[in-house]
Amino acid sequence: MRHHLILRVVTKLLIGSIMIFALYVQFHGDYSPGGGFQAGVIMAVGFIIYGVVFSLEDVQRVFPPWLVHKLAALGVLLYAGTGIVSLFLGYSYLDYTALSPHHPVHGQHYGIILVELGVGITVTGVMVTIYYAFTSRTPIMDDEAW
Amino acid sequence: MSTETVHHTALTLADHLPALQVLVPFIAAPLIVLFGRRGIAWPIALASSATAFAVSILLLSRVIDGSVISYHMGGWEPPLGIEYRVDAANAFVLLLVSAMSTLVLLFARESVEAEVSARHHALFYSAYLLCLSGLLGVAITGDAFNVFVFLEISSLATYVLIAQGSERDKRALTASYDYLIMGTIGATFFVIGIGFLYMATGTLNMADIADRISEQGSNRTIRAGFAFIVVGVGLKVAMYPLHSWLPNAYTYAPSMVTAFLAATATKVAIYVLLRFVFTVFDPGFLFEFNTLGYIILPLAIVAMFAASFIAVFQSDFKRMLAYSSVGQIGYILLGIAMLSQTGLTAAIVHLFNHGITKAALFMAVGAFVLTAKGSFYNDIQGLGRRMPLTSAAVVVGGLSLIGVPGTAGFVSKWLLVEAALENGWWPVALLVVASSLLAVIYVWRVLEVLYMQPTPDGSTVQEAPMSMLAPMWIAALACVYFGLDTDVTLTAAATAAEGLLAGSTGLQ
Repeated sequence: MRHHLILRVVTKLLIGSIMIFALYVQFHGDYSPGGGFQAGVIMAVGFIIYGVVFSLEDVQRVFPPWLVHKLAALGVLLYAGTGIVSLFLGYSYLDYTALSPHHPVHGQHYGIILVELGVGITVTGVMVTIYYAFTSRTPIMDDEAW
Repeated sequence: MSTETVHHTALTLADHLPALQVLVPFIAAPLIVLFGRRGIAWPIALASSATAFAVSILLLSRVIDGSVISYHMGGWEPPLGIEYRVDAANAFVLLLVSAMSTLVLLFARESVEAEVSARHHALFYSAYLLCLSGLLGVAITGDAFNVFVFLEISSLATYVLIAQGSERDKRALTASYDYLIMGTIGATFFVIGIGFLYMATGTLNMADIADRISEQGSNRTIRAGFAFIVVGVGLKVAMYPLHSWLPNAYTYAPSMVTAFLAATATKVAIYVLLRFVFTVFDPGFLFEFNTLGYIILPLAIVAMFAASFIAVFQSDFKRMLAYSSVGQIGYILLGIAMLSQTGLTAAIVHLFNHGITKAALFMAVGAFVLTAKGSFYNDIQGLGRRMPLTSAAVVVGGLSLIGVPGTAGFVSKWLLVEAALENGWWPVALLVVASSLLAVIYVWRVLEVLYMQPTPDGSTVQEAPMSMLAPMWIAALACVYFGLDTDVTLTAAATAAEGLLAGSTGLQ
């Protein structure tokens, strides 16, 4: 889309705010609608729109496929790891009380932030992976032929 | 806010066993992706599966006397929170799944190297572990909705695993797609059924649902829920007319995947069926009684004959075994449909015995695919002399499949016949014996191809490597061992059957 100047400029302006909004949805998720899944999707949109408007090579230079795979796995580990921590502290798996035994409400709070962060990272990774899987296939029609 | 002191007794490692059962393979799966190294994927997978196996032995040893372990996820009390509930029935299934997984992984390294492209190895083992943890989760959880979630985890991983067979044969992709569509329909029916139960009872904990159903008795919502659940799980079980995904999926999947799925996936689905039919619903209801007697029983008998009959005419060893699996599931369903302590024990024992038998046979198929590059009868012609150990394992597994005395298959068929006679259903007992004759024919065809036909000229086929022979023979010897020493399996199955029937009022 080299010739679509307006699209390119507007996209560059938007990507930053899309990502900030993703982080807002992520970390404000326990007070307002939102959370890891939505934030992950929004964050992935930031990368996908960059790939759509510029090119796959461009977005893969910023966010290489190997890193996307690792992030998808890392998020799950962060989620499961939070549970493992409470397990080692002598509580049930995923019992966030363990993170702050004297003030269980705070514990639940820390726990859910960590877990949602894990969800967010994984969802970003998986969404971008799906996008890469589809667009990496050889195009039938050349980009200039539009 | 003031600081509150909350009384808490620290849990020890032993208390965490139910959680660890699912967690160990579940955490190993993303770890493999994170390391992303082909070389360490297999060792991590094997280590985590072996740990799960050890945990399942510890769990079974704790519940074999009939006690129940309950683990509260996240510290939330059931019925609000998710509960992992281990009793003899599911500890037995957990043991089968983790044992078979460990055995298949021991076998897998060379097989996967030959059948799956190298760049997929790390992701392949990761998907395998997700499938394993999904199956373990289905078996261990006491929450109806959680069953659905784990069922989906294992199913999605299974679709990926089956599609990996496309390296050898592109039809693996359509087989996987077929299974994806059928499996998703099954899962949807299952979750609709759970929706109905939730509507009728307002709870998702299985024990709690069971209590409320027995309080309010049968009504139309509960009956609809029952129907949806039986059909949905029936698809996963490959209950006779719903089995169409199975032959292709088993034929085109990589050999180790087939060995694992045949030994565990359908068995776990049968466990879900048992759990819902006997624990959640009450078999005393006329509706359920009729479903089992007039629908499941005839279909089980049709499966025993039709699938075995189709197996006779196959020209591919692997495909033949796949059809034979559909037939053998018929025997298990027959045991369930008898609605008696002996019938249920027979079903649970056959679930285990058929699992180890098919694992041995499908591992032999994997060895043939590795050395002879195929499992069609003309690929394996006369290999009895060239691959004596693999072929001998086929003999042992085949005999167990038929149900020859001294093998595991005999024990479960004997119990099944006994249960049929106990109910006074002597025609059914005769049919069990008659359908075994079909198994004689299809097993004989393979043995004939292996031993009686000449090896094609210029064949350079060698015996499979030790790393494949050892697990194959462990499974084959297990077929013999559990055919001679029936103490462990029968005790565990009888305790499990008792536990499952204990909640139902209409039978005792």
